[in-house]
Amino acid sequence: MAVKVVHRRELTFWEKLYVPQILTGLKITSKHFFRNLFLHIVHRIGLLRHLRASATFQYPEEPRPLAWRFRSRHRLTVRDEGTPRCVGCMLCETVCPAKCITIVAGEHPDPNVEKYPVRFDIDLGICVYCGYCVEVCPEDAIRMDTGILDVAAYSRQEMQLDIHELMNPKLRKPVGECSLKFPHECRLRAGQMKGDWEAVYGKAT
Amino acid sequence: MIDLAIKLGLAFTVFFGVLNLAGLHTWIERKQSAIIQDRIGANRASIGGFRLLGLFHPLADAVKMFMKEDIIPARADRVLHTLAPFFSVFFALAAFAAIPFGDRLILGDRVIELQVAKLDVALLYIFAMLSLGVYGVILAGFASRNNYAILGGLRATAQMISYEIALGIAIIGVILVYQTLDLQELVRAQGQLLGGWIPMWGIIVQPVAFFIFVTAALAETKRIPFDLPEGESEIIGYFVEYSGMKFGMFFLTDFLETIMVACLATTLFFGGWQIPYLLPDGFHFPWGATFAVSHFTYVGLGVASFSAKVLFFCWLFMQLRWTLPRFRYDQLMNLGWLGLFPVAVANVVLTATVLFLLGGRA
Repeated sequence: MAVKVVHRRELTFWEKLYVPQILTGLKITSKHFFRNLFLHIVHRIGLLRHLRASATFQYPEEPRPLAWRFRSRHRLTVRDEGTPRCVGCMLCETVCPAKCITIVAGEHPDPNVEKYPVRFDIDLGICVYCGYCVEVCPEDAIRMDTGILDVAAYSRQEMQLDIHELMNPKLRKPVGECSLKFPHECRLRAGQMKGDWEAVYGKAT
Repeated sequence: MIDLAIKLGLAFTVFFGVLNLAGLHTWIERKQSAIIQDRIGANRASIGGFRLLGLFHPLADAVKMFMKEDIIPARADRVLHTLAPFFSVFFALAAFAAIPFGDRLILGDRVIELQVAKLDVALLYIFAMLSLGVYGVILAGFASRNNYAILGGLRATAQMISYEIALGIAIIGVILVYQTLDLQELVRAQGQLLGGWIPMWGIIVQPVAFFIFVTAALAETKRIPFDLPEGESEIIGYFVEYSGMKFGMFFLTDFLETIMVACLATTLFFGGWQIPYLLPDGFHFPWGATFAVSHFTYVGLGVASFSAKVLFFCWLFMQLRWTLPRFRYDQLMNLGWLGLFPVAVANVVLTATVLFLLGGRA
């Protein structure tokens, strides 16, 4: 095994005097103090905003910048007419190592699409934020780019996201009115089916 | 009757100033450390949405301290345990009586010395009070019936006694130069000019004593880098068994002593309320110019000068506290007995010799 010899340097006489070293330390802390004090004061009158006076982020008001690949709360991407891009292939539910995704597929009127999710739940209390569901999705229907990371709730029930919240990341619990037109199992209506395709595509000709 | 009222007024002024400054120190400590460390510091306490740079935090702290449960350990000495924090605060506060914070104020035919108690032995009185302060600490350690607390109290006692000696001897040099123990006279003596243009402040004539004094006095305040008695997070100090406002009183004592030391450093080494070239009738600059000021302006300037110097020293001590790491115990003792003590004695000998050669006064 290689041995690393650490040479400890003897203190010079100047360093042993202690007072000069204290003054050096004071110089460093004072430099920070006066620089930051000056910047804080100047920021008050709106100058030199590009120089930061502190490393602090005032968190709830001033969120930290996120990396572009950061995995935050999920969302379902939406087609122009307001239906989910998801085709109910179950790949994400299958790949999910935490088994937090529940999908119930229904028949889509468009034969090219074939299926769509009648129900799409993600239990964030179980989710490990691995991002496999995003990787595996062939339709780019699920993404983790909402930037929402302060998911918190008082109960396990509230940690479960349903299709309303997944399609509209702006919604927070408690979700008010259901605005989805296509047929889905609406938790807001105690799990009953709600909506019909005519509201989305108009009367079939 | 009026004399009594004047004394009470002076005492109120000093208490008001000192206690407020001590309360404010909790804020200064948080904010200054934050700014030094590129942070923002406590700023969330608000009244009606106003945060005022976190100035409400000391208020919130005070409320919290008073609301907390006051716990006395089952086997502790109830009387001494309760008495100890009061001792600490009392002696720290009593010492302020002898600090002159301004020149004499003349109202009609009345001459008011801006000093709560005009004592001929003011300096001795202050040092007596600072020394008695150790009783609060050792009692707290002893009465808690907690081994950690006793050890903390012993460390505190050893430290305070060691440094008091260096402190006292450093002061002797100053006393030799100004030949008085009366602080008001000592401050007046510092108004003289050396060679016609250098104010004869203690820092000019006794620079070595100043460094020893500041070091030893910082050790007296039991704050970093000399906070072995407390060592909140690591080595558990004499007030482990205290909670609520009793703990707050020990904390307050630390700040009071810091202010006390700042006042002493100002009075002994930085000319107290003196402003260079300001005589009772106005400024007399060494290049011949004069600028007359009224009596009230003169006294006011003196008080302002004193306050500014004290605040500067409070700032300096706070800056030191957030610059230096804590001493190890043997380093602390070595510094006191092998470092400061011989230097202080040498300083006294040197001062006495020089004074003797200069005119045989000593």
